[in-house]
Amino acid sequence: MKYIAAAAMLLASTSAFAATHTVEAGPDAQERLQEALIIAEPGDTVEIGPGRFELSDGLSLDVANVTVRGAGPDASILDFSNQVGSGEGLLVTSDDVVLRDFAVENTRGDGIKSKEADRIVYHNIRVEWTRGPHPDNGAYGIYPVESTHVLVDGSTVIGSSDAGIYVGQSQQIVVRNNNVHYNVAGIEIENSFYADVYDNVATHNTGGILVFDLPSIPQVGGHSVRVFRNFIHDNNTANFAHEGNIVATVPAGMGVMVMAHRNVEVFNNIMADHGSGNILLVAYPNDYDDERYNPYPLNVTIRDNLYGPAGYNPDFDGGAELQAALGGDLPPIIWDGQGEGIKVSDDIGVLSLGLTRLRQPFQEAQPAPADLSDGEGSAELQAVVLPDSMEAALR
Amino acid sequence: MIRALAAMAGWLALVSASAPAPVSDAAITGDALPRNLSEFHFFTDGIGHTPNDRVIGYALNTALFSDYAVKNRFVYVPEGQTATYNADGVFEFPVGSALIKSFGYPADFRDADSPIRWLETRVLLRRADGWVALPYVWNEDGTDAVLRRAGRRIPVTWIDAAGDQQSLDYRVPNQNQCKTCHSSNDEIALIGPNARNLNDGQRLAQWVDWSILDRAPDDAPRVPVWDDESDGTLDERARAYIDINCAHCHSRTGSASNSGLFLGYNEVDEVARGILKRPVAAGRGSGGRDYDIEPGHPERSIFLYRMRSRDPGVAMPELGRGMLHEEGIALIERYIAAMDERS
Repeated sequence: MKYIAAAAMLLASTSAFAATHTVEAGPDAQERLQEALIIAEPGDTVEIGPGRFELSDGLSLDVANVTVRGAGPDASILDFSNQVGSGEGLLVTSDDVVLRDFAVENTRGDGIKSKEADRIVYHNIRVEWTRGPHPDNGAYGIYPVESTHVLVDGSTVIGSSDAGIYVGQSQQIVVRNNNVHYNVAGIEIENSFYADVYDNVATHNTGGILVFDLPSIPQVGGHSVRVFRNFIHDNNTANFAHEGNIVATVPAGMGVMVMAHRNVEVFNNIMADHGSGNILLVAYPNDYDDERYNPYPLNVTIRDNLYGPAGYNPDFDGGAELQAALGGDLPPIIWDGQGEGIKVSDDIGVLSLGLTRLRQPFQEAQPAPADLSDGEGSAELQAVVLPDSMEAALR
Repeated sequence: MIRALAAMAGWLALVSASAPAPVSDAAITGDALPRNLSEFHFFTDGIGHTPNDRVIGYALNTALFSDYAVKNRFVYVPEGQTATYNADGVFEFPVGSALIKSFGYPADFRDADSPIRWLETRVLLRRADGWVALPYVWNEDGTDAVLRRAGRRIPVTWIDAAGDQQSLDYRVPNQNQCKTCHSSNDEIALIGPNARNLNDGQRLAQWVDWSILDRAPDDAPRVPVWDDESDGTLDERARAYIDINCAHCHSRTGSASNSGLFLGYNEVDEVARGILKRPVAAGRGSGGRDYDIEPGHPERSIFLYRMRSRDPGVAMPELGRGMLHEEGIALIERYIAAMDERS
């Protein structure tokens, strides 16, 4: 019996036996599409035809090594405007899944979530809340969590009330070639290890790219993130996240923000037109009870970036007073003064708020220009290398 | 010839009426997914009221809220085998076992004799490589139920205990959604049948008598009945309710493992239980509140905000709840209000 199963798996893994399950738009799209996602065998493709699929419940995929492919992010549209159940539009819980060439619109909760889904590929996907920024939009657009080897490539997310592309509690991550607009956070890497975030365009979010570590969740101690070659421009949308969430604390007009993280490199980016600042480095602002947790930014390197105007409209406590004291715009890089090993080698102004302990009131800030060119910086980080099968899925 | 055949058919009908076919062990353990519920022979009548041999009805001290649906639960353990007792987690059931749960609504909750419209029966089959979860939807005349792997919505109306008309697009879960709740370390797992929730003082011993369970220690743990004020403390009742309604996902090995919110009955970490715990990925589910549970302040606790919502994206549990559970909300409100405030 066992060797029969093994033989069956061998057959399933060869393309000659892979089946394509095509689902066209029309009545009963919910059941037909969900049925295809259930009966698919490893190696199969679920093909989503062109058109608008009206869906009332979340969809889910729990079969490994399945490709879900549409006719394009503007052609095959999974429309959740009338969703009445489930916390997300599409949930993936199996390994080696490829999602490509379709759109998810107007989910009540998250757009696409993949949990414990190793080697997941998102390519040429669009997730959008079509009314634009609104606090009742779903939290995350593209949401891989608790996974090893994650690729989010060539996708677009618009209107998330938390983060457009959010990678949480994962490792070995590549987020590249994406467009993120009108989200609270464009891209957020949280409580994760080894991430490369590059060649993305982040505009009109509240904050462009965030690298955060939070306490009291299973994976803490985020480290080793490279943010490079991104175009991060005009992220000044008023924060529309719900209070209580950490992104609700992100000031509008923020390019890159690093909170409580270790070994981060920010280089070769273009960052411009941010009312609060092009880069913000801070400690975790809340109380916590987690012995494993480091609340400080540690070993951050900032180098070789191009900077445009910033700090002309700071959206945080005491910002206006700071502007008055400095007699003009704030420097483009702001550091709360906490943490160690921060290195800024770019020839650009850095403002330290001079805070010396966690949760210190802003009134006690001792703002002063800081020279961080001699900081230790991050250990040199290696490029994240994904398994060949993931890159091959893009072809 | 024709007369002989007719006589034979009559004889066959007589035989099957007097000695119903036993539960089909082959249907439970085989590789196929039976199309009709009747193929298992769990019941001797079509509608699923009369259990077959070794199919035993049971109840839980504190059960999951399922939009006020009435639930009939049955367990089947093959002849000559027993489930293995376990003080903390769910019992270990041998290959060939099945758990069967039917969901329906009486036309009028005020009338004990009101006919029940059965909507679906969910089965969990213990096969050699683990549990398989399948949803079966009853046909209109209640003679059989058909496998609906993609789930279904069924409009249903009833008169509730207060005499008010209620209506709901009842959700039959799809096969993946079965696993979303019945998941532990990415394997399908049981939720209800553990010692503390089955133990009503007699049931465990009965199960031993009926050769369903291997043993029933005198000191088996027990949780109270959540809505029986004479049973246990407020804290125990609330935690029993939270355990069965939340902890299948909110555990270190469940579908909500990433949340850091762990709501099992025996969880000792206060922050993991939600007390002064900040949200992680709640999005608009936070409702603008800072903590999952703020002791003494139900009105500031995310926990209640999400229990009080029917909006997907906010509502908890995410699956299987389209109604508000007013009595459950009242219990959790009292539970949080009774906690000492923290400064």
